[in-house]
Order: sequence, then structure tokens, then C-alpha cells
Amino acid sequence: MGAQVITITSGKGGVGKTTAVANLAVALAADGQKVVCVDGDIGLRNLDVVMGLENRIVYDVVDVIEGRCRLRQAMIRDKRLPELYLIPAAQTRDKSAVSPSEMVRLCDELRGEVDWVLIDSPAGIERGFKNAIAPADRVIVLTNPEVSAVRDADRVIGILEAEEKGSPDLIINRLNPALVRRHDMLSAEDVLDLLAVRLLGIVPEDENVIVATNRGIPVALDGKSRAGEAFRNIARRIKGEDVPFMDFDNQGTLWQKLSRLTGRKSS
Amino acid sequence: MSDSPHFLQIKGLRDGLLITLADAPWETVSQALLTHISEQQAFFQGARLALDVGQQALKVTDLADLRDRLSDKGVSLWAVLSESPVTQNTAQLLGLATRLFRPRPQDLEPASSPTANETALWLQRTLRSGVRVEFPGHVVVWGDINPGAEVVAAGHILVWGRLRGSVHAGVQGDKNAMIAALELSPMQARIADQTLVIPDKSHSGPKVIVFRDDRLVIEDWQTA
Repeated sequence: MGAQVITITSGKGGVGKTTAVANLAVALAADGQKVVCVDGDIGLRNLDVVMGLENRIVYDVVDVIEGRCRLRQAMIRDKRLPELYLIPAAQTRDKSAVSPSEMVRLCDELRGEVDWVLIDSPAGIERGFKNAIAPADRVIVLTNPEVSAVRDADRVIGILEAEEKGSPDLIINRLNPALVRRHDMLSAEDVLDLLAVRLLGIVPEDENVIVATNRGIPVALDGKSRAGEAFRNIARRIKGEDVPFMDFDNQGTLWQKLSRLTGRKSS
Repeated sequence: MSDSPHFLQIKGLRDGLLITLADAPWETVSQALLTHISEQQAFFQGARLALDVGQQALKVTDLADLRDRLSDKGVSLWAVLSESPVTQNTAQLLGLATRLFRPRPQDLEPASSPTANETALWLQRTLRSGVRVEFPGHVVVWGDINPGAEVVAAGHILVWGRLRGSVHAGVQGDKNAMIAALELSPMQARIADQTLVIPDKSHSGPKVIVFRDDRLVIEDWQTA
């Protein structure tokens, strides 16, 4: 059995794709899975920084594709989790350095090495996005509860359906329950109502994420962070476990509404 | 000489070339086209190309691949004409034109023609942001029209779902055209040359937008 290749994309920039990839990878690896993350954002690499591996980069994804090193040489082992690897993006090249078919070939080679390949897609719907989704067995669309981010997510879902990638899963990132309660933020129900895809999880807004990102220690490693817990739950759902949605209000309403929207039976 | 000309018919247009592809497997005709262009490099260099693909149902990868390979040869693909709604939709997703000329107001037939033509395009899916559908008859959407999606029709537009994007009915000037939806949410609606910006709230219950005394109004749907 080869690895499953999962691409995380959003259309809009700045919604938290890189943070999500780092955290899901960490959560899967902490659970004993063998994971490799590929930074697809060639020219604007970030994933290495978020994972705290920046100073270990020798070779990058373009070096592998252009044959300057072997695949294994570009796989940087994480300093905390022995079964977690990163293949960084090239910072001095651009998206045209890689083609969709080269990404497919790279991932096919990785399938034999690990259990999960997570690809961090760049923002936009152009070449870099095409490269990132080409090898994917499964696509996760990440959005924020904001009108513009949801609009872009809708566009991306439309393109994925047209490219016959199937209907993607959705993660809603940076939901602020207090703002939702005051009707100052779109609720998860509003987002699902428009996008009509399967919800994989909701990550609450959490300032620990910013601190963790700057330190290069993904928040999923933090046992006390709410966002970290949400990412760990999502990782388990990716593995096929049935994990109940977190209740952010402590009022029991969200879960009931979500149950209705996702077609699960409540309680 | 290759036999590629058998698969192609080339015609000069005012602002480019129209190539009609024969009804043969897509790989064969697209390869014939590329071969022919390679053989006549000088003639095609810098050309603006419209393709008539007939009944072929093409996916995004098919058209995007051809567009990229044409552009490698210095040929820009700007329009794909097809009788297949699948291909029309694909072309729209890629930002390609799906007809050669936008009708100018003076060329337009008076109101009678679109509604006299009773053909309708049936779309059984939700139109997501970035999708543009144009049809020279009526359009029926069994699904939602999301914000950022557009439907343009010569006749009526009926949405059996939520209308949250932009719609233009009676685009060729037909003031009898109507827009109907199970739910209207903020968006823009046009009929003929009039525009209606829907007030910033959801209108629950089925609604119809029609021309009344030279302006557009929203009315509750009721059986006539």
C-alpha cells in the first residue's frame, strides 16, 4: 500500500494553509504515521520556517526534479518527530520551474517511502496551484469565515470538480465563536450552506498559533491549545476515525446544527 | 505532406482564424491541428485562433493542454465554439470565449425572436464562483447560483434553488424575459438593458423579477 497524497489549498492567500499543513503533518506523525510534507509554494517558501527547519535546508524540491540530488537527500527529518519529513520549496526559482507531470512523478516516488504526503499549495488558481493538485488523491480546501475567502474557496471547488478531482473536504480556519455569536462573523453553517462540501473540521482562532508559528513549533504539539486540539482531531478524521466536532460555545448548539448540516445523527 | 488537413477546415475571420475540427477522436484532431500548425509555422505565427469543436465534450485538462501547446507555437486560442454544454462550460472556466461576436445593439432582432425560440439549457448543478454560462435561449438551473457566478440568457432564467450570483435575462433586448428563483439573495439582476441591484437582504419564498412600467420589480411568485 502506497501513501495517500493530500493537497491543501484555498484560492485566497493568508488563510492559514501553511500552518494547517505543518500542524496536520505533526499531528499525523505524533500518531505514529510516516509523513512527508512538500512545500509547493516555489519562490515564496514558508513551510520550513513554520516547522522550524529553515537552517537545515541543503536541497529543495526543484533540485530533486532537476536531478541534482536524490529524493532522500531533499527529505529533511524533523527534529522532534523521527517519522516526519519536509521537502522544502526553492526560494530562488518560481512556479514555472516545476510542471504538473513532474509533481506527479515526485509524489509517485514518495508513495513508496511514507504513509502520507501533504502538499502545501500556493495561493491562486494558476500554475503553482495546478502543480499542487495534479498528484493529489484527495484535496482539502481551507477557508476562513470571511466572505472573500469563502468566495475564493467556492471558485477553487468549482475548478476541482471540473478537473474531476472529486468533491474536496473543507476546513474552516480561524473561527471566532464570540464574533459569530454577535453576528459579526460568518458562522460555520453559513460557510457550509454556500460551499456544500464535506466538513473535515473547524479550527478556532487562537493566538497560540501566531506564537507557535514564529517559534517554528506547530501548535498541534501544544496539549493546551484549542487550535492544536482541533488540528489533532482533523488529523484523526483524515485517517478515517470518527471524531466528534468540538463545541466552542459550551452551549451545545453548534454541534447539533453541524450534525444536521453534515447529515450525521446528533448525540 | 501529412493528412492533417482532412481533419481541419480553416477560414479567415475579420480578426483571426476559425478552424473547424472534424468529428474524430479528440487526440487525433488535436494532434492533427498541432502538426498542421508546426508545418505552416510562418503562416500561424502570432495567429488568434477560434476553434469549432462540434459535438466534442472536452474537459478542462484537454482544452488547457491544447491552449498551452498552441501558445508554445506562438498561437493564441481565444475562443472555443461547441454544441456541447460540457465543452462550453470548460471553455468558460478557462476564460475562453464561446462565441465569435458579441451582438451589437443595432444587429439585434426585436423582442420576439428569443422567446419564440423555445429551447432551454438545463443545468443540474450548482454554479460556483467564476463560472459564466451564456445561452441564446432560456436557462434553467436545478441548483444554486453562487456569488461570483454569472448566467446570461437571451430568454428567461429560472433557478430552482438560491440565486446569489449575477443574472442577465433577455440579453438581446427582450423586455418580456423574466428571472425566477426559489430564493433571492443580494446580487445583481438585469433584464434587457435595465439593472436591478437587489436590496441587501434575503427575499424568502419564490420570487420573479419582471419589467413593469419600464423598470424592474421583484414580485412574489404566484400561479398566473
